[in-house]
Amino acid sequence: MSRMVKFLIPLALFLIAVGFLFKGLYLDPHEVPSPLVGKLAPTFQAPILGGAGKTFNSADMKGQVWLLNVWASWCGACRDEHPVLMAMEKTGQIATYGLDYKDTDAEAQAVLDANGNPYKVVATDADGKIGIDYGVYGVPETYVIDKTGVIRYKQIGPITDEVLLTKIVPLLKELQ
Amino acid sequence: MIPEIGQFSLILAFCFAIVQGTVPLVGVWRNIATLSNLAVPAARAQFVFIVLAFICLDYSFYANDFSVLYVASNSNSHLPLAYRLAALWGGHEGSMMLWVSILAVWTMAVTLFAKSLPETFRIRLISVMGMVSIGFLAFIIFTSNPFERLIPAALDGRDLNPLLQDPGMVFHPPVLYMGYVGFSVAFAFAIAALLDGRLDITWARWTRPWTTVAWVFLTLGIAFGSKWAYYELGWGGWWFWDAVENASFMPWLVGTALIHSLAVTEKRDAFKVWTVLLSICAFSLSLLGTFLVRSGVLTSVHAFATDPRRGVFILLYLVIVIGGALLLFAWRAPKVGLGEKFDVVSRESMLLTNNVVLVAAAGSVLLGTMYPLLMDALGAGKISVGPPYFDSVFVAIMAPGLFLMGLGPLAKWKKASLPEIGLRLRVAAVISLVSALLVPLIMGKLTVMTAVGVFLGIWVASTSLILLINRIKTRQAATPNFLENIKGIPLAFYGMLLAHLGIGVFILGVTLVKGFESEQDLRMEVNDVAKVGNLSFLFKGVQEIAGPNYMSSQGTFSVSSNGKEITVLKPEKRFYPVQGSVMTEADIEPGVFRDEYVSLGEPLENGAWSVRIYIKPFVQWIWAGAIIMALGGILALSDRRYRIVNKKLAKDTQDAQEVFEA
Repeated sequence: MSRMVKFLIPLALFLIAVGFLFKGLYLDPHEVPSPLVGKLAPTFQAPILGGAGKTFNSADMKGQVWLLNVWASWCGACRDEHPVLMAMEKTGQIATYGLDYKDTDAEAQAVLDANGNPYKVVATDADGKIGIDYGVYGVPETYVIDKTGVIRYKQIGPITDEVLLTKIVPLLKELQ
Repeated sequence: MIPEIGQFSLILAFCFAIVQGTVPLVGVWRNIATLSNLAVPAARAQFVFIVLAFICLDYSFYANDFSVLYVASNSNSHLPLAYRLAALWGGHEGSMMLWVSILAVWTMAVTLFAKSLPETFRIRLISVMGMVSIGFLAFIIFTSNPFERLIPAALDGRDLNPLLQDPGMVFHPPVLYMGYVGFSVAFAFAIAALLDGRLDITWARWTRPWTTVAWVFLTLGIAFGSKWAYYELGWGGWWFWDAVENASFMPWLVGTALIHSLAVTEKRDAFKVWTVLLSICAFSLSLLGTFLVRSGVLTSVHAFATDPRRGVFILLYLVIVIGGALLLFAWRAPKVGLGEKFDVVSRESMLLTNNVVLVAAAGSVLLGTMYPLLMDALGAGKISVGPPYFDSVFVAIMAPGLFLMGLGPLAKWKKASLPEIGLRLRVAAVISLVSALLVPLIMGKLTVMTAVGVFLGIWVASTSLILLINRIKTRQAATPNFLENIKGIPLAFYGMLLAHLGIGVFILGVTLVKGFESEQDLRMEVNDVAKVGNLSFLFKGVQEIAGPNYMSSQGTFSVSSNGKEITVLKPEKRFYPVQGSVMTEADIEPGVFRDEYVSLGEPLENGAWSVRIYIKPFVQWIWAGAIIMALGGILALSDRRYRIVNKKLAKDTQDAQEVFEA
């Protein structure tokens, strides 16, 4: 019998995978509570993309409401999100700052050159250390940070028009 | 009329598939010859009707019949003929048609060429392939009918996605599908063997050529796809770890493991249970790939349509086919026995390690591909696991395996001696170490990654050559007739050498292009000169030209080295009015040692353009390596022992033994 059990392992693994696949069929992007929401955003200093050695210091952002959008040139979902960010930038309601995660400057710059740049400034996080401080699961992720430097909202996955209208815009109004 | 004939043929094919997948099995089980003899005629009838349906659908594309919804959605009267015909597999319904058609081709091939198999085994084999076909035909007929009418008919079609309007579209999907649908044969062999309770060296010998053919197609299919991405997507990348690329790469990794473990089963009667499991896994991963692509659970540039009903259908099918196969495996495999014993240091143990490495690599790719889905299902949001994960994990797993690739073929079966192998390989080790230091230095910069990459590439290639030299020397010692000795070595041995050499060439290509490519993004006005590496690119301006179904802005760049013009590149920015989309067509001057690659970005003010220029050293070696691997597979297939299977089995086994004695 115990021999038989060993031979059932592949089947068991397969059925677990099927469970996830089945659930995956009915899923949509959605938000998750993050332990960082309501806490002070970790401060960081990082080189600015295309900034010729200048650095971005997140402490300088005290006193304004801002969005930190974690993205990368290799990330497909970021390309889906890009038009939404561009539209946000056009309205001028909010300052979006980019964090270019585990990426090379040349490739990131190429994406911005080709598709447009929705960011005030892009800080680079080539080795992903800042990402660890922020608890980045994957790319893209977006943090709404208030005037006192507290994270008020975290979007995992791309910002969609729906998220923008129902979550982010009302929150921004409240904060400003 | 024609589409209705197609639809009807598809339904008939479905009926024949049901007969083929059930009746003969009952016949074999109850020992009723009239029932079991239906397998071959049913399979062939199914083939005829699927081909007919395929022709009807492609005829509708040929004739611009926009009263067929699928044609109207994927073609256009201005689309060139070759692309109209290839547009058949440009969308979801048609890709499924291509899938079943290729399955039918493989089944037909089995009925024609697998004549030497014992009758009951052959009938079970064909019947299992019929079962696989039932599911896919039902899927097409009930959820993805390509013949659905559009009434009233559209005036013109919505055109094929411009991204797919490329010669690559004509070859890449059929070749790739030949590969991963081809693993259905190995799968059917495994199931038939489990049903039969017979798993021995003859089984392995029957399975091997079929698996190798599928593997050759898959290798070429993946290489075509990669090459296509390289020149079409305009980013100069050749592999993106996209979910769909991974879906074809996982069966390749497991298929490669299968080829090696089949060798052990054939030669040593060992690894039997493992080989059967790999046969099941290789095809299961092909099916899983189909699910991932067709159900839309993962976003990808290759995804067509998202419809949960389709997803549920394919998933149900996966559960029946893969779940059924694994259940049968759990029930029957314990009786198979483990086979011959072997020592810790032996050819077997090296091949076992090779298998573990390849399967672990496939597992890491599977995890990375499924991870976004797992996170989502666990409520952690949609995320993307990018190249950083794959590059580091995959490379770290494969590197030790590649090192062992050099040792494995020199090790003796059952029990080998490490010092002896070391002695034989010291020349290769010296050559590899020296190149690992010299090549990066000559190219400009020595880093750990490039040194390791070059070492592994040269190591794999040089150990293959040393293996050949050794082999010839041993034969020379017995009878000093050089030409005869070279001819006397079995083709399968040369095939293995060539395939391994291909891996070496591939690794060198990957390492050198990753380590030493240069790229520049610039704003260029007419008559500006860009210096990239030691080349100058002179921008001569842009002219408007008209294509068959697009308008194009074509740039002209004169590339010169030391003041001498070496080539002129004409990258384009094409506008396809039907879909309103813009496509970047890079222009590339390929070379043995480097490619020059220019693509046009956006037009800027004053007639200036944003331009990307790349110099990609040794990038062609990547695809050359893949082609060499495939040639190795073909060479191994030509080995005489597969042509005379079963005729002189006794003598044959002797030859086979010799194949692997170094």
